[in-house]
Amino acid sequence: MKPITTHAEAAEEFLKDTERSHWHDDTLWHVRTKRDTAAQKLPEWEQLRTLASQIKDHVLSNLDTLLIQFEQNAIKNGIEVLWAKDAQEHNDHVYRILQENQVKQLVKSKSILTEECGLNHFLEDKGYDVVDTDLGERIIQFNKQVPSHIVLPAIHLKKKEIGEIFHQHLGTEEGADDPKYLTEAARQHLRQKFVQAHAAITGVNFGIAETGGFVVCTNEGNADMGTHLADIHIACMGIEKLIPRAADLGVYLRLLARSATGQSITNYTSHFHRPRKDKKMYLILVDNGRTDQLGREDFRNSLKCIRCGACMNTCPIYRRSGGFSYHATVPGPIGSILSPGMDLKKHSTLPFASTLCGSCSDVCPVKINIHEQLYKWRQVITKEGPAQNSKMWAMRFGGKVMSKPRLFDFMGKMARKSLSISPRGMVYNGLNVWGKHRDLPDTPSESFKDWYRKNRNNGK
Amino acid sequence: MESKESILAAIKKNKPEANPLPLLPDFPYKDNLIEQFQESLTLNGGKSLVISDLKEVMAYLKENYSDTQMLVSLVEGVEGNYDISLAEDPHDLEPVEVAILEGVWGAAENAAIWLPEENLIHRVLPFIAQHLVVLLKKSRVMGNMHEVYHAIDVAASGYGVLIAGPSKTADIEQSLIIGAHGPRSMTVFLIEG
Repeated sequence: MKPITTHAEAAEEFLKDTERSHWHDDTLWHVRTKRDTAAQKLPEWEQLRTLASQIKDHVLSNLDTLLIQFEQNAIKNGIEVLWAKDAQEHNDHVYRILQENQVKQLVKSKSILTEECGLNHFLEDKGYDVVDTDLGERIIQFNKQVPSHIVLPAIHLKKKEIGEIFHQHLGTEEGADDPKYLTEAARQHLRQKFVQAHAAITGVNFGIAETGGFVVCTNEGNADMGTHLADIHIACMGIEKLIPRAADLGVYLRLLARSATGQSITNYTSHFHRPRKDKKMYLILVDNGRTDQLGREDFRNSLKCIRCGACMNTCPIYRRSGGFSYHATVPGPIGSILSPGMDLKKHSTLPFASTLCGSCSDVCPVKINIHEQLYKWRQVITKEGPAQNSKMWAMRFGGKVMSKPRLFDFMGKMARKSLSISPRGMVYNGLNVWGKHRDLPDTPSESFKDWYRKNRNNGK
Repeated sequence: MESKESILAAIKKNKPEANPLPLLPDFPYKDNLIEQFQESLTLNGGKSLVISDLKEVMAYLKENYSDTQMLVSLVEGVEGNYDISLAEDPHDLEPVEVAILEGVWGAAENAAIWLPEENLIHRVLPFIAQHLVVLLKKSRVMGNMHEVYHAIDVAASGYGVLIAGPSKTADIEQSLIIGAHGPRSMTVFLIEG
């Protein structure tokens, strides 16, 4: 088998399991409808989205001064602040901190940034046992996978499979797949890890410039169980996660969980400003391509993202192709506009994994024009990158035909005639990629032009 | 240091033209705050009771827990059976069955209750306990998050948390399970005052 490289090929793999792909589609759509219900309860929803977007506009246009303010205040609070230009430097910082503090056991709560930096593998290569403590993340860690969704990391797995994984790794009963039983097993297992850990690594949802503190949101309480028991807290934060004022949290927290899962808020919203007495708190500020994205006028808005996942839940392509088909840390529509900025060649098919229906932009809590950016990336990629041959020839041919009215009329006539008499096998052949899982509409007997000419004359 | 300078220089070069910081309206919300709070908490997986006397909290504890279980109360007028000042290390709190804490502010829109570090003594207490009981004065229930952030100073404490329900997860086929790592239940007593 040749390696899967394009989104379409990977999606085809996912779709082979019809039952699972339908379940995936339905489940995420259900999450989307819960989001709608939650959003519609707030009459000021649209105003909140506009505010959230405007605050981020301000942040992006003052990111340097706000970061300096943030750092100064954080240092005053007793937090050690480190800067990392890329994933490697971020990982090196973490490793050095662990070494300096002679950390043996560490726990981690959900952080998409550390996924982006490949921190787990990096530390495992150095001999550390990295324990992810978010239930979904622990499941996929056991299964040697990466998250397929940024909010629901194990959404690609069924409970039967999770039961098998737990049987193997935690010794749960064979065949047992009751979510309550499995969650309890994970609770017992992870409590041990929390109690033993010397260091806890977390992500950051929001960094507050004016106070030099940061906020972490969870439902499970795992970030707190880790950080409040361990001596060392390492928080990893992308530089775009900054907000100017503590009061801005009011806007973002009202939007985040409602957009993500339809909850009014996550059950825990933790505000860290100072380490516990005699303990240490580190904050790593990571660029890793963000300043480049800031310089791309058409795409810089993508940096407003607060990682709610709403665009994934609503996307007809994501729901029917699964997170792995994107081969990127952040999948779905937002991932498809972030990833090409990191590696255009590797992610060149992602902006095409969209119908450009615009639903992603409609649900985005910070009003990122996602579908417009997808369209713009297509233009960049077609100019610079390797266009797909079949598409290129089809476009060239189409362009030729449509530029010549007589040729267009003639080709239309030919097509109507030939399509209506051709055997199925000839129309739906290997070259007709569009027709793989779809039927063409019935061929009309005449063109619109013919119909119009006839009817207008009749009407007179 | 090098990276800091290069990151800041890159931002300076690449950032867009200045955009003003918008003022924040507070979207005042005043209707049926207590009912709304209770409804929100139920949706988050918590329970609530409106009471007029602290004795009702004591009665609740007596009814639901035995003397052999470790009860830690940081609420004046509610007695536990373990003195938190004995805990030198947060790990000592591992056997806590119930933590009884006092909230400072609550938001009706989502049942989030503000608990600064001073109300927890040990930051881990509301997470490591098997069950959580929070006392909140009815007059402390506000409409929404804007009002809460207006009322609190997040940086006044080294740590503060908004708690809106028990520890929960839906990571296995989206089935909601209460009691992921932290409390298996959260009960809020809304008291007159």
